[in-house]
Amino acid sequence: MFYREAGDFKTSYTDDSQTFPIKFDRYRYYVVLAVAFGIVPFIINDYWANALLLPFLIYAIAAIGLNILVGYCGQVSLGTGGFMAVGAYACYKLMTAFPDVSMFIHVLLAGGVTAIVGVLFGLPSLRIKGFYLAVATLAAQFFLVWLFNRVPWFYNYSASGQINAPERDVFGIIITGPNAPAWATYLFCLIFLALCAVLARNLTRGTTGRTWMAIRDMDIAAEIIGVNPLKAKLTAFAVSSFFIGIAGALFFAVYLGAVEVGEVFGIQKSFLVLFMIIIGGLGSIFGSFAGAAFLVLLPVVLKVVGADMLGWPTDIVAHLQLVIVGALIIMFLILEPHGLAQLWRVAKEKLRLWPFPH
Amino acid sequence: MPDQLIFAMEVFLNGLMAGVLYALVALGFVLIYKASGIFNYAQGVMALFAAMTLVGVMNGQVPFAHLINATFGTHVYTFGWSVPALVAIIVTMGVMVLLAWAVQRFVMRHLVGQEPIILFMATIGLAYFLEGFADLMWGSEIKTLNVGLPQGINLWIDESTFNIFGYGFFIDNLDIVATVIAALLVAALVAFSQYTKQGRAMRAVADDHQAALSVGISLNFIWIMVWSVAGFVALVAGIMWGTKSGVQFSLSLIALKALPVLMLGGFTSIPGAIVGGLIIGVGEKLFEFSIGPLVGGATENWFAYVLALIFLVFRPQGLFGEKIIERV
Repeated sequence: MFYREAGDFKTSYTDDSQTFPIKFDRYRYYVVLAVAFGIVPFIINDYWANALLLPFLIYAIAAIGLNILVGYCGQVSLGTGGFMAVGAYACYKLMTAFPDVSMFIHVLLAGGVTAIVGVLFGLPSLRIKGFYLAVATLAAQFFLVWLFNRVPWFYNYSASGQINAPERDVFGIIITGPNAPAWATYLFCLIFLALCAVLARNLTRGTTGRTWMAIRDMDIAAEIIGVNPLKAKLTAFAVSSFFIGIAGALFFAVYLGAVEVGEVFGIQKSFLVLFMIIIGGLGSIFGSFAGAAFLVLLPVVLKVVGADMLGWPTDIVAHLQLVIVGALIIMFLILEPHGLAQLWRVAKEKLRLWPFPH
Repeated sequence: MPDQLIFAMEVFLNGLMAGVLYALVALGFVLIYKASGIFNYAQGVMALFAAMTLVGVMNGQVPFAHLINATFGTHVYTFGWSVPALVAIIVTMGVMVLLAWAVQRFVMRHLVGQEPIILFMATIGLAYFLEGFADLMWGSEIKTLNVGLPQGINLWIDESTFNIFGYGFFIDNLDIVATVIAALLVAALVAFSQYTKQGRAMRAVADDHQAALSVGISLNFIWIMVWSVAGFVALVAGIMWGTKSGVQFSLSLIALKALPVLMLGGFTSIPGAIVGGLIIGVGEKLFEFSIGPLVGGATENWFAYVLALIFLVFRPQGLFGEKIIERV
């Protein structure tokens, strides 16, 4: 009825190769952006920002990053938590060393530092493949967390061993610390998410993305037709870690404000982000959003339903949550291995022919 | 003999013992991987589940007591009996077989022919499910497990080393028992897979699913059997670790300890799991002993991984793993 390619004529190559070739899709995208930037900041309050929106935005960045590595380049990584910690600590060191510089630059630089660390830990991927690599990335996870725990320089010799985000601003608006207004933190994260998503989308449909996918589908064949595996794998690690580093920096500085590394960036975080991209859909930017939204919403919904409505003790709800997350992952893998993104794709296909399928 | 050397020797021996315990967990991984190509991340949680079930059965706890009480407003906690250890172990083994059946019936059967990485992620999901399920069933508080294994310092070793070196080595009786049991277990597993009909069928399945099917081996049965054997190994590991450090959530993290062991030894080799376990056990204890104090300690968290990582760069399939042959 309304979701049609018919009548949507392209007259130039630029039109033809744009991200959303169908007009309806494009308008929907503009509407989403307009609502996210123009309306939400005015109606947001602290509860919504802290319980749902900030974690969603930040996890979506991390999920896009991990999706580039796992979904597009096929290198399974269990080191996400460690790389997020690198971003967080890099941001902390920069924030405390250069208090006058804008937070934008700090977060971007934190991403850059993480990218370098990511490339270092990505080097073994040239020799090690599959499961062996997945386990090898655990080395990054445990080593980095240990490093930030044990070397006092990283937490500025504070007595508690924690890092606390000092108050910093962008153009005079406070972004970090307890006094930051909800709309400002929300917008700050949203800008990063939008930039990351556009960047990732365009990278993955260009040359770089195609070499990644060639490596993912069969690395030896890719090598034979002239893809440089060194370059492809390391760029995937670099870009992926860059995003994950940004997510880590935001998670610490904007969302939590204080971080104890083993608790916040432990192995559980690595699995959480991995689950997001499995449930959302490997190799899909939309899937990263959907997976992040799903796993951020799920505990909140369970808590509201289980603890507040049914009045169960919180520990039972917490255990039930584990059971449900586990069962959902298995169900998704059995029913739809390509995740929510695939459901969305199928729905769109159906919508094209609706209401007269042939 | 200088003191440092004697201390190092004691650390070495303790490392060997710890390595045996790692190897015990790694064995379960290898079994399932060999027979079905599934890298079973849930092995550690299976050990936790087995240990919790064992404690629960021994103490006569009511399963799902918390849930029942929360839903119906009752106050039931125990049946009021306690079961002898041996009977409880047999009951727990029954539960593990049931679990193997359920995993095969509801999860793995639907995933036949999927990529290995999908199967791996399914076992991560299984790990989460099982962890929550175990907590719901038996409660999440720390429990003590005592099936009558000897514990504490071995006096004979203490005395005899004191007579030789003038310094008594501290070696836990439990570790010695664990070593003996692990050796027996490996011998039994090797004998089982080499000399029995079912073991041969298992190896045939590991070699080639379709060829095995075509000569009339039931894949379903073999997989249930393999998961049951892995459940049994998990039970043994659960008893050992549970006796050593209490039955609690951290028990499931021994899976993470077993991963570098597997990488080092190769995913497909039973002797590899043992040798890898010993190398990791000794390596991390000696490293902690010699370098640990210089860099702030607690190096055991990551040393095994870094060792395995460096090792893999030179030999990507591990020590005893099958050579990886890649074709286009």
